[in-house]
Amino acid sequence: MHAAGAVARAARGDGGALMAESLRSTWEWFQPFLRPTVIGVMIFIVFNALIMASAILVLAERKIMGFMQQRYGPYLVGPHGMLQPIADILKLVFKEELRPKGADKWLFTLAPVLSIVTAFVAFATVPFGAETTFFGLLDDPIKLGIADVNVAVLVVFSVTSMGVYGIVLAGWASNSKYSLFGGLRAAAQMISYELAYATSLAAVILLAGSLSLREIVDSQQGSWFGALPQWYLFLQPIGFIIYVIAGVAETNRAPFDFPEAEQELVAGYNTEYSSVRFALFPQAEYINMVTMSAVATDLYLGGWHFPGVPPEYGWIVFLAKVSFFLFVYIWMRWTVPRYRYDQLMMFGWKYLFPASVLNLIATAALVLYLNA
Amino acid sequence: MPETVTFFLFAALAVIASLLVIGQRNPMYSVLLLIASFGALSGLYIQLEAPFVAVAQIIIYAGAIMVLFLFVVMLLNAPKEDAAEWDRTHPLRQPGVARWGTLLVGLLIVQLAMALLAVREYHTPVGAQSDATAVNSVAEMGRSIFTRHTFAFEATSILILVAMVGAVVLARREGDQ
Repeated sequence: MHAAGAVARAARGDGGALMAESLRSTWEWFQPFLRPTVIGVMIFIVFNALIMASAILVLAERKIMGFMQQRYGPYLVGPHGMLQPIADILKLVFKEELRPKGADKWLFTLAPVLSIVTAFVAFATVPFGAETTFFGLLDDPIKLGIADVNVAVLVVFSVTSMGVYGIVLAGWASNSKYSLFGGLRAAAQMISYELAYATSLAAVILLAGSLSLREIVDSQQGSWFGALPQWYLFLQPIGFIIYVIAGVAETNRAPFDFPEAEQELVAGYNTEYSSVRFALFPQAEYINMVTMSAVATDLYLGGWHFPGVPPEYGWIVFLAKVSFFLFVYIWMRWTVPRYRYDQLMMFGWKYLFPASVLNLIATAALVLYLNA
Repeated sequence: MPETVTFFLFAALAVIASLLVIGQRNPMYSVLLLIASFGALSGLYIQLEAPFVAVAQIIIYAGAIMVLFLFVVMLLNAPKEDAAEWDRTHPLRQPGVARWGTLLVGLLIVQLAMALLAVREYHTPVGAQSDATAVNSVAEMGRSIFTRHTFAFEATSILILVAMVGAVVLARREGDQ
């Protein structure tokens, strides 16, 4: 009605001002929906960025592997093999979806869904930039990150720890001995490094005095002696090493990829999966890698802070740091051979956990001494 | 209004999932339904504006303890569980053990009653108010656990220790004596 009137008046020649008036009233009507829309757009962007990241990582992994083994890697699809991920996805989509006869119908379907959902949800509370206007593109600066929760560290930790159910259930529901061994190993692996992982997180939480990832990042601003950035990496070197080791174990990457150890278990937990259901597992793995790298950047590498870079452009710094971590992940996979899984359990319980507890006690004593 | 809807949603989910846990013959489904029930409980905690408790619930129960459960169920690989047999010669069913057990149960009840009474003393309206703010801040919560509620906290840890000792006794094989 309103718009029709405006159009009719515009036809009579005095339209310009009235059009502006109409737009302004629409804008005012839209105001209460502005914030949800911005959040919705952010979710959409992050969701697609994570999907793209997993595609890019597949290519990066194969290219870097090729480089390390003195060969080209994928080279046929597109220039320099750049379109290889698209070819991979098309191939997987057109494959037949099989389910073994003795498999548990519900859990077999639920397992890959659980994996991918936890992978996406875990990123929801990870902040990835300070307030920015994107080079003046936006009028009001926005905080980069979907949800700003005051217990963000624990939310990320709890959601990623739920991801193991996808793998364990896939192993059990397939009704195959190789899958079952894969699932069993995933569960055993998870309970042996999870404690050390949580304890190394607790040391950072003590230093920052907050459970919010954004506050932890902001407490790492500035630098010592004008040169060394005030990152927790330098205050928590042991905690950082423990975090990285546990992070590799958490994402089931080599040298801790026991659940799928190809040489012994065919393909481990995902042996019986095919087509898109199969594709969801590696995709969840790559998204988990991105999340682990982003959290490591927030906790230990000062997030979007870098001496000399204004916080406005912090998200570029953040992207660079995350990319570095992802490169280290791939680098490790093609350098370090796989351990035996009893070795990881022994390492987790006898070395990693005591080391992280000592680190926590030392940090607590330091914080107490500095505050007193 | 939306809070009422979500409350009944989570509450119904928790109750139905918990009932189905004991209704299942397949232990694998029981474990998964228990996880669902924990998830619903954690939703209720979020509604009570206690995000820390909600997340701790997921990390400790759904994330760690249930993985152990799942691990054990997978190792047993029992598709259906059998009805338990009544065994008179079991070491736990001897008269001396039973008497000691009764005494310890009595002690535990007295301790728990004392702990509950001690908690009730602090729950005057003013105390309740400060407890509500305490669950919001992690620092406040830690302080109140290790000062005002120390006794209840320690009593709970003894309860868990008793459960562990019981599990070891039950798991011991006949020939191990």
